[in-house]
Amino acid sequence: MLNVQDRDVHQCDSGWVPVFVDQDKSISLMSIGFLLEKPDDAVVWRGPKKNALIKQFISDVAWGDLDFLIVDTPPGTSDEHITAVESLRLYRPLGAILVTTPQAVSVADVRRELTFCKKTGLKVIGIVENMSGFVCPHCSECTNVFSKGGGQELAQHAGVPFLGCVPLDHQLTRSLEEGRDFVQEFPKSSAFPALASITQHILSVASRSS
Amino acid sequence: MAERAGPALVDVPPHECPGTGSEQAGKATACQGCPNQGLCASARTAGPDPAIEEIKEKMKTVKHKILVLSGKGGVGKSTFSAHLAHGLAEDETKQVAVLDVDICGPSIPKIMGLEGEQVHQSGSGWSPVYVEENLGVMSVGFLLGSPDDAVIWRGPKKNGMIKQFLRDVDWGEVDYLIVDTPPGTSDEHLSLVQYLSATCIDGAVIVTTPQEVALQDVRKEINFCHKVKLPVIGVVENMSGFVCPKCKKESQIFPPTSGGAEAMCHALNVPLLGKVPLDPQIGKSCDMGHSFFSKIPNSPATLSYRDIIQRIQDYCRHNHPQEDRNP
Repeated sequence: MLNVQDRDVHQCDSGWVPVFVDQDKSISLMSIGFLLEKPDDAVVWRGPKKNALIKQFISDVAWGDLDFLIVDTPPGTSDEHITAVESLRLYRPLGAILVTTPQAVSVADVRRELTFCKKTGLKVIGIVENMSGFVCPHCSECTNVFSKGGGQELAQHAGVPFLGCVPLDHQLTRSLEEGRDFVQEFPKSSAFPALASITQHILSVASRSS
Repeated sequence: MAERAGPALVDVPPHECPGTGSEQAGKATACQGCPNQGLCASARTAGPDPAIEEIKEKMKTVKHKILVLSGKGGVGKSTFSAHLAHGLAEDETKQVAVLDVDICGPSIPKIMGLEGEQVHQSGSGWSPVYVEENLGVMSVGFLLGSPDDAVIWRGPKKNGMIKQFLRDVDWGEVDYLIVDTPPGTSDEHLSLVQYLSATCIDGAVIVTTPQEVALQDVRKEINFCHKVKLPVIGVVENMSGFVCPKCKKESQIFPPTSGGAEAMCHALNVPLLGKVPLDPQIGKSCDMGHSFFSKIPNSPATLSYRDIIQRIQDYCRHNHPQEDRNP
């Protein structure tokens, strides 16, 4: 998605050097994708091995001075999540953002995720409702492909902030497929204002906490 | 358990791991620095799990076993599993069972309209919950007290649960057992294949969406199947094209920029079972716990689903699993 799939991770004295996504080196990235010999190699690992790698990613990567560290996780409430929360506890994480699609089947899993955050003492920054409505590029009719409003209802029900709805946007999916910079290239697309306002919300939470 | 990696940086090598069952376990050069080296070297992991034999006995009454896998989450795996089961169960002479091994995100109870149901214990084990007389379901969702309950378990506990599901559930005589899995290639998948190793799995159906970002993970999933010698029945491309209900024109919400599942299947020489268009009615039916076959019997999505189910039936009919293929 960030168009760095062929790059390699190097080692230096202070650890693994993350891959820089842009010229200014303002975004650095670490992923197991960089450690695979072939892109199609399956990582068939049980929990303990995954946990060990996550701990290494946090402690042994030369991240340098960062303003924000964003941790993207797989679905669920298992090894990766428990280990990430445990290893980051020392660094007092700002909190978790929960992403759901609007339909009830998806919201049901995010309810469980909220319980996970509560039990592990992780603050919930808020809920994002993704794939919320699709505007037909031919006739501009908006269809709620995956229903509507589930994320917002859940946020109300659980008493956590609702960060916003991001519509299904073919420009966004296409831009991710091609690894392009969506924010720079598609400021007029329908998903852009939603993403910008969510980011603004998160920045204000961060500035209040520091 | 030794989970802490040594201070040295190690590029964890998945290929060269000799495997826990090997004589070289914990002793090979590739084991240097592996967090599990101590455990493997202690030989505590050697020897097959006695549960494998018990599961083999239990599974003697189950004719066909189909795993449903995906690389990414949210591509429609549980929707597919549930509707494969509904479709197969339309033949009243066939007994169908669904096992949901997505321990942390069990969606099957909701999709099949069984939310809030509990499992009953009988003399011969746990009884599945029945949607219809010939369609039984088992899921960790039936063991939870409230929809807010989270299952915060690491791998070994999930594996224990899967073992129980396979060994201690009173499945009875079953023609098709459909196993719905979480995304990925980790504990749940390895355990399933391991526990079912003495029986015979017909194969796996892999569900994906058309974009390259999703297909990347499907290639990994197919490699996993090859690695553990699990036959691939085929790939289902879900959310493939969307027809606007107003202007009836089609758009690609998830664009197949690299040719979609079709091109990938062709390149990897695995069958493409079919493409299912994105229909908002499908999600709605799942939220309400109904089968969309009865809600929208003539929609292109239903027709495509029926075609895929027919192909899976044909596959199973021609595939007579021999017992003890992998003793």
